[in-house]
Amino acid sequence: MPEANKIAIQDFSFYYDSCRALWNVNLCIRSKEIFTVFGPARSGKTTLLKSLNRLTDLIFGANHTGTVHLDETDIYGPNVDLTRLRRRIGMVFDLPTPLPMSIFDNITYGPRLSLTNRKSRLHEIVEKALRSAVLWEEVKDRLNTSALRLSGGQQQRLCIARVLALEPEVLLLDEPCSGLDPISTASIEETLFELKKTYTIILVPHNIQQASRVADRAGFFLNGELVEEGPAYQVFTKPRDKRTEDYVTGRFG
Amino acid sequence: MQLQEKIIEKVLLLIAFSSIIILTLITFFIFEEGIPLILNVGLKAFLLGEKWIPSKGFFGIFPMIASSFWVTFGSLLLGIPLGLACTIFLSEFIPPFIATLFRPAIQLLAAIPSVIYGFGGLIFLVPLIRNHLGGPGLSILAGSLVLGFMTLPTIITISEDALKALPPSYKAGALALGATHWQTIWRVLIPAARSGIVASVILGMGRAMGETMAMIMILGNAVRMPVSFLDSARTLTTNIGIEMGYASGDHRQALFATGIVLFFIIMALNTLAIFLSKRRAS
Amino acid sequence: MNRRRYVTQGIATIFIWTGALLTIAVMLLILFQILKEGLPVLRLSFFLESPKEMGREGGIFSTLIGTATLTLVAIVVGAPLGVGTAVFLREYTRESKMSRMIRFGTDCLAGVPSIIFGLFGFVFFVIKLNLGWSILSGGLTLAAMILPTIISTAEESIKAIPYSYREVSYSLGGTKWQTVTRVVLPSALPGIFTGILLSVGRSIGETAAVILTAGSSLVMPTSLFSPIRTMSVHFYILAREGISMKMAYGTGAALILFVLMINMMAQWAINRYIRRRT
Repeated sequence: MPEANKIAIQDFSFYYDSCRALWNVNLCIRSKEIFTVFGPARSGKTTLLKSLNRLTDLIFGANHTGTVHLDETDIYGPNVDLTRLRRRIGMVFDLPTPLPMSIFDNITYGPRLSLTNRKSRLHEIVEKALRSAVLWEEVKDRLNTSALRLSGGQQQRLCIARVLALEPEVLLLDEPCSGLDPISTASIEETLFELKKTYTIILVPHNIQQASRVADRAGFFLNGELVEEGPAYQVFTKPRDKRTEDYVTGRFG
Repeated sequence: MQLQEKIIEKVLLLIAFSSIIILTLITFFIFEEGIPLILNVGLKAFLLGEKWIPSKGFFGIFPMIASSFWVTFGSLLLGIPLGLACTIFLSEFIPPFIATLFRPAIQLLAAIPSVIYGFGGLIFLVPLIRNHLGGPGLSILAGSLVLGFMTLPTIITISEDALKALPPSYKAGALALGATHWQTIWRVLIPAARSGIVASVILGMGRAMGETMAMIMILGNAVRMPVSFLDSARTLTTNIGIEMGYASGDHRQALFATGIVLFFIIMALNTLAIFLSKRRAS
Repeated sequence: MNRRRYVTQGIATIFIWTGALLTIAVMLLILFQILKEGLPVLRLSFFLESPKEMGREGGIFSTLIGTATLTLVAIVVGAPLGVGTAVFLREYTRESKMSRMIRFGTDCLAGVPSIIFGLFGFVFFVIKLNLGWSILSGGLTLAAMILPTIISTAEESIKAIPYSYREVSYSLGGTKWQTVTRVVLPSALPGIFTGILLSVGRSIGETAAVILTAGSSLVMPTSLFSPIRTMSVHFYILAREGISMKMAYGTGAALILFVLMINMMAQWAINRYIRRRT
């Protein structure tokens, strides 16, 4: 069965005022795969992710050329409903960012905005999301306590659950394991394998080892340019471009 | 949804302009009431005339302008040394945790209504001055002393901010070169924080110029050129405050005109202070 | 040579300590004197009875009602305007000519003396808008006076909220307004509340603007259009006209107690709020 393109990025360049952050990116993300976007710091990875759910719209002076399609829709088109877009493409940030509310309220924050307010439905959503993020067993008895009291690893899984509660199609994960201990990291990586069955995932990894552990395909970014992309195994062990090879073998980092 | 968001943004924009709108309204209406009289009487006669007899049509406010400045400068004579002393005390002479007790006390000082200060001046200072220094007691001296205390919080909080904003290397450097604590304060820190301190003083002047109730209670009510600190007097503010209750027609317009003069003076002072503190920031 | 430096240091130290202690001493002196003479007057009947014989006897009940209603109007009008301005400045624009102009306007407004507000309120609310000397005229004038305070405290509280909270709300599909009402404002509430408390304290003590706009009637108000006398105006009239020293001290003591109480509550709120954030 041919794998459909979930996200198609064509000739996409991004600018903060007149400062160019992304240079003519051409990239296709396939449905229900884990695609990893890796590279040194300040190479545009986060900008790429944030422009996929249009979080970059919030920055004054941000503009772009080129197109990004989610399935058949141009996400920068004139009639795009941002709320629906951000429900379809969810994002988890590099630092755990629980909102200053209870665990329950954190998870239901998204659904309450536009989906439903019915208590019973909300409870269903919360349980399903927490189970998918492998956090249900640990917090099911204290859903009304403040989310700020959870440990770092739990908070990050809470952020994943929070995004899953909206039943998105694509997950954008920006270094989701930075700041976490190895055990939490391992559990989140395991969760990713489960999540891959349902969601398309774009992951900015904490390091190359993590990327090679979990990814199906990979793309190397350097200074805002997509240098090369392909199956993860090939990009990490037999890269076609010298710059990729230098980075992967640690000659710069 | 998008439409709702756009409407909300426009409403908030309008709300955000409320302070400018109010400021414009204030300026417009004060001027509308006062300018006709100034034009009638003549600007020079109004500002420099020494006779204020509304019933006969004499509207000269020079004594009031002079008294306002006398009282204000008098208050600075007390306020600057005392204010600097307290500022230095707060930032250099006591450990930080005691300062956190002292600072709220200063805020409380600022929160006390001016009528209470006026009353305090009335029952303590006025008899004291009358019995020991002569004159009616209700005097510029009493006003200056009370006003000096009232402007302390302004001078203290802003000067303290100015001192706190200095890089710690100034103090460390001076002490390392062998200066005593006091030399460091007096010759290095205070001069470095100079523009902030001056800004605080100018703002204090603005507050002093605008004070009404306490001054009504302790300055007496004499409409004449002051010649000594023991004289009773009337400032621009008390002129308005005392007579507004029963003025009408030209008289009332003259009080608004007094307000225009007051407005200009205080706006000038405040703009100067803002300008000075912006310059410090850059 | 060395000795002279240390002598200067010593003299300076004495001056500084004297100055600081003198300041505290004078403040305490005034407060103690008024409280000493005034506290005995403060019995329950004082608070519950209205002034009789032009204030020579009775209590201050009608002035309490006057003060309360005036402050209420001021807050009800001033708080939304102030918070709305702060929200706009921090959430809907970035630093630009317009925002600088708004801030300049707010700073200027903060410097306008209360007697000028009184003149303005008189000509605009009492005369032009035909509201007469009333709770409405006084309250609206006071609202204009407290606006700068509310704007700056609200702005500080909103500024203190981490950007990540907003980013999370947007990434979950929230609109700007939803983010403001569901995340930003609830978190900023303690700081905003403190600003409101401080404004209440200021309104209670305000006299010049109130006399010119709300009048000085001792009669119990019947509507927002009734004239009223606030506590501070009552105190001023009693003291200046020499009507009754006893009543003056009592009113003054009540005034001081209210203002101190409110400001101490605000200080406590600031401390708790700061401790929670850091």
